[in-house]
Amino acid sequence: MLIAILAGFLLALFMPNVIRGLKGKSSIGIALLPFSLFSYFISFLPRISSGETLHFNWSWVPSLGVGLDFYLDGLSLLFTLLITGIGTLVFVYTSSYLKGHQYLDRFYAYLSMFMASMLGVVMADNIITLFIFWELTSISSFFLIGFNNDSEPSRKSALTALGVTGFGGLFLLAGMVTLGYITDEFQISSLAAMSGEIHGHDLYPWVIGLVFIGAFTKSAQFPFHFWLPGAMKAPTPVSTYLHSATMVKAGIYLLARFTPILGNHVMWNTTLIIVGSITMLYAALHAIFRLDLKGILAYSTISALGILTFLIGLGTEEALTAAAVFILVHALYKATLFLITGIIDHETGTRDVSQLGGLNKIMLPVGIAGLLAAVSNAGIPPSFGFVGKDLIYEATLHFGDLAWVLTGAAIVTNVALLFAGFLAGIKPFVGKLPEKFSKLHLPGPAMWVPPLILAVLGILFGLIPPLVDGPLIKPIVAALTLQDPDFYLHLWHGFNVILALSVATIATGIALYFIIKPSEALLGKATRFESISPHSMVKGLGRGFTWFSAKWTNFLQNGYLRYYLITILSFLTFLLAYRLFLGVEIYVDTSVLSEITIYEAIIVLIMASAIFFTVFTKSRLAAVASMGVVGYSFCLIFLFYSAPDLAMTQFSIDTLTVILFVLVIYNLPKYLKLSDNRDRIRDGLLSLIFGAMISILTLEVLNESVQKDISTYYAENAYLLGKGKNVVNVILVDFRGFDTMVEITVLAIAALGVFSLLKLRLKSIEKE
Amino acid sequence: MKTIIFQTASNYLLPLLLLFSVFILLRGHYLPGGGFVGGLIASIAFVIHSFANGLEKTRSIIKFHPGFLMPVGLVFAIGAGAAPWFVGQPFMTGLWFEDPIPVIGMVGSALFFDTGVFLVVIGVSLTIIFTISETL
Amino acid sequence: MEILLVIIIGLLYAAGIYMILRRSLVKLIIGLILLGNGANMLIFLLGRVVKGHPPIIGPTEKILADMYADPLPQALILTAIVISFGLQAFAIILVKMAYKVVKTDDLDEMNATDEDL
Repeated sequence: MLIAILAGFLLALFMPNVIRGLKGKSSIGIALLPFSLFSYFISFLPRISSGETLHFNWSWVPSLGVGLDFYLDGLSLLFTLLITGIGTLVFVYTSSYLKGHQYLDRFYAYLSMFMASMLGVVMADNIITLFIFWELTSISSFFLIGFNNDSEPSRKSALTALGVTGFGGLFLLAGMVTLGYITDEFQISSLAAMSGEIHGHDLYPWVIGLVFIGAFTKSAQFPFHFWLPGAMKAPTPVSTYLHSATMVKAGIYLLARFTPILGNHVMWNTTLIIVGSITMLYAALHAIFRLDLKGILAYSTISALGILTFLIGLGTEEALTAAAVFILVHALYKATLFLITGIIDHETGTRDVSQLGGLNKIMLPVGIAGLLAAVSNAGIPPSFGFVGKDLIYEATLHFGDLAWVLTGAAIVTNVALLFAGFLAGIKPFVGKLPEKFSKLHLPGPAMWVPPLILAVLGILFGLIPPLVDGPLIKPIVAALTLQDPDFYLHLWHGFNVILALSVATIATGIALYFIIKPSEALLGKATRFESISPHSMVKGLGRGFTWFSAKWTNFLQNGYLRYYLITILSFLTFLLAYRLFLGVEIYVDTSVLSEITIYEAIIVLIMASAIFFTVFTKSRLAAVASMGVVGYSFCLIFLFYSAPDLAMTQFSIDTLTVILFVLVIYNLPKYLKLSDNRDRIRDGLLSLIFGAMISILTLEVLNESVQKDISTYYAENAYLLGKGKNVVNVILVDFRGFDTMVEITVLAIAALGVFSLLKLRLKSIEKE
Repeated sequence: MKTIIFQTASNYLLPLLLLFSVFILLRGHYLPGGGFVGGLIASIAFVIHSFANGLEKTRSIIKFHPGFLMPVGLVFAIGAGAAPWFVGQPFMTGLWFEDPIPVIGMVGSALFFDTGVFLVVIGVSLTIIFTISETL
Repeated sequence: MEILLVIIIGLLYAAGIYMILRRSLVKLIIGLILLGNGANMLIFLLGRVVKGHPPIIGPTEKILADMYADPLPQALILTAIVISFGLQAFAIILVKMAYKVVKTDDLDEMNATDEDL
């Protein structure tokens, strides 16, 4: 199982070699990977439909509760089949669509990486693992959207997509961690049992808020929807795979997956219904006004995702059944429409609906696929879409007081979707064939067979619902409601309100199709409101942020060491002063201090004057010499206060340092007066204040009692354990021997650095 | 600084200081001293000698590049740390010979470790100072 | 006596900072050394200073008796002194090489990163 999920990553790793091995000719063979995965997952179908769930656990980071845990139930199975099934077709389609492309290997590598991540998302049983795969889908989709990396808009929309989905991913992580904090449980399959506990927790609104943002960004819900139309810059196979069938459904998957855990709560349901209906209406209306085929499909996809969110929000068994069916319906017809759009674009070079027409004459099989998909999209019997649409109306009609409002919203959306579907699936193929397209011909079967398969499936499932309801849909509803569902899908329900609504929808939609002719004027009307759309707001925000960062960076990172230091020190001084001012009592407890003897006082005096001399002398040698004096006085102080080792070391080091300085300084320039008096006074004041602050701080610390546990341990055990009597030395070579070892290593590195800076550099100069 | 007095003195000082540095190293475990100080004193001895007699002479006394002392010292230190592995104890455990050796006293892995430190310190200081005085 | 040492620590910090704030590279290094000395003395003082009782176990005893100077800060400082020697040597050479390349000691004029040697 693990291999099955990770196979895509492995393949991605070796892809360049694989393609080279295949010499680009039989790249269609790569489709064997998704196909074998598809067969593998479909072999679980009987077990899943009999109500089993399969678990696969793999320990990864047990200390953090993170495991590569996967499980397969009805919901995961539907998604795995969609991912691998549509994946197979997309892989095949790509082999022809991008034939001979320079970076075909890369494309397949990204695609299989994406497939593997997506499989990970839908099968993850651990919320952290889920998040990791979730982010991997964002990253791989970034590469896929930006695949035409020499085009500016393409790069931009890739960044937008990554920005929005990555941003949402972080919220998702926060939500997951909060959830884990509440329950102390990271297994998704065990969380459902704790649903009551989670609902009652104070953090529940936070959890669902965070999960919502994660799901809405991924599934392009209002107001995060704007990245999806932009992402249509990607090659069509990507749009098909990511932006209709799989990735955008990850958010839906997440909501569905967490329905048994977080759902059935008024906050959950209301938010989803509101956001879902806004999205479906807003996007459906937008779809009507588009000219670009892919734009139409993008907005109708957003709208469909809105419907799904809305259905999950309704949360009744009927609604969840409708959602499950609609996921499948939508994946089938939308992928078809995208694929045929790709064919049209590939052959005619345009995606403008107002210019297309009559293509039936040259590419009939594609036209048939388009027709079937449009029929399924419209919900015309006997398509599977009809079953789906009936279920949606059934769910909204049975929803208490708001039934008619919700049904109304659903009808409006469906009418618009039908219109969009006709525009994409039928309009380009009927009517008069423009002169310039008459020389075109049907592309190879690798391109038109995949959409045809999907379109036929959409009708077949409608004709024979038992093909899917028992094996696929029921386990999903069981997983979502945690009950054993009792229903059967029907094509024909008899004459009732729902049928009337369906007929009304279809009639209005078709009427609309004949009335509205897409044109530039209509598009212009729709884009008039662009300036207040969420997209432009985010763009403005981004610009403002860049501007602010530039200003801020220029202000702080000005490149002058001393200004950095001044900023840091002033801030530090201010903080310390503020703390002291807040009421730290400053006093000196003379009873614990040792007496001042005359020779100590003299040494301190010498030190003080040496420090002054070092700072103010105009001669470099004098500065170095007086620095040596400071060091030697240090020796004496160490000696007085019982630190003979330190005294000896300080003495030798000081000698060496002075020698070093004298050797080097000889060749350095004389001191120059580089700064004016104002600077000097400013720096002097700052450093004096800082020095005073340190002194006061030290005095304060001296008043505290000293913590001697560690020293006492060393003092008592130096001889018993370390067999030495000089405790300092025992600490260095025994107790903390490891530190000393690293220290001498560092010293050796410093010496090597000096050596190489001087010698090796000189050699290279001499060579020149 | 090549005065006769200084030269003569440094010729006698070198062995004396070196002896002293070894003495400091060996007594480090019981009295003030140790590898760091010992190493520094030894380097000072060489530096004084080089000032008096010129770098070439000092180099000819040492015969090899002082930089080689660094890896040698590191091997000593790491070896002393790793020795306990061979008797099945964790890294850096102190090991000791049963009986004290005359003059030096108890000998154990800590002494070898300190010797490593001693050698590295000599290597480092001499490398730095010799390199600088040669190239500048 | 501690009072005097506290004043010296303050002086060392002040002098170190003042030197670091200068534009000359040599002064920068001197400042670093002064600052390092100040920090050493600070650690030493915070371990409390004791006269005439070095942390060395007497010839007849097995554990260190009362009123010893704290060995822990001493070990820390010893390490710090030796390390700072390596640091200083390296810094001095860097200054030296920088001076050789850009022919100036003034930090403000060292603003190009890719100067040719």
